[in-house]
Amino acid sequence: MADVNRGDRPLSPHLQVYRPQLTSITSILTRITGNALLVAALLIVWWFLAAATSAEYFAVANGFITSWFGDLIMFLSLWGLWYHTLAGVRHLIWDNAKMLEIETAEKLGWGVIIGSVLLTLITALIV
Amino acid sequence: MRYLTDRKRAVGLGSAKSGVHHFWAMKVSSVALLILIPLFVFTFGCVLGSSYEEVMAYYARPFPAIVAALTIVVGFKHFNDGVQVLIEDYVHGVSQKIWIILMTCLSYGAMATGLFAIAKIAF
Repeated sequence: MADVNRGDRPLSPHLQVYRPQLTSITSILTRITGNALLVAALLIVWWFLAAATSAEYFAVANGFITSWFGDLIMFLSLWGLWYHTLAGVRHLIWDNAKMLEIETAEKLGWGVIIGSVLLTLITALIV
Repeated sequence: MRYLTDRKRAVGLGSAKSGVHHFWAMKVSSVALLILIPLFVFTFGCVLGSSYEEVMAYYARPFPAIVAALTIVVGFKHFNDGVQVLIEDYVHGVSQKIWIILMTCLSYGAMATGLFAIAKIAF
């Protein structure tokens, strides 16, 4: 029979009406942190290039990275790096079709969030 | 048609058009980074903020230099593979191709720059 109800069916979840869940938020954060890390990565490459060029150029790059703004970028990137790392471990686990039950997946999500904050604070204290 | 096996008929019809090479490459680089990232964070973190002479002496040593070089190579490869998926999800048509090429140039350019700099400091 023809699909007479066309246009009047429930739509698949749409962004405006999609209730955010821990699993969806931690998922999109994995993508955001992973791609945003490009900024810190390029800054570090610039820092190495400056060090390889001259003491004067190193002072410029090092001055920027260790300024309050550079510090902020590096601190946020450090959290992003640990978050992305732990979220990556979660993906490696999921790839083996393990711990995919919603309850377990949410526990992993909290583990990633809390673990990344703890690792960031520990790293910032040590280095 | 009837002489084709089921597998042969299915190959190439998925959204990726090819096998699991990209997935596997991400997996290998992510496991490598799992080891490299903590090593790099603590070696680089220790020397960041030191003087020019201290930095030059530190990265003239084999361990910090090799860790930094490997992290830059594997890290930018992993970034390139990852950003490709990001672009494929949100950008389509010709701009998709242009963006993937641009980000590939950026990734390998940054990789080469980083390697050159580390080599120059080390030698």
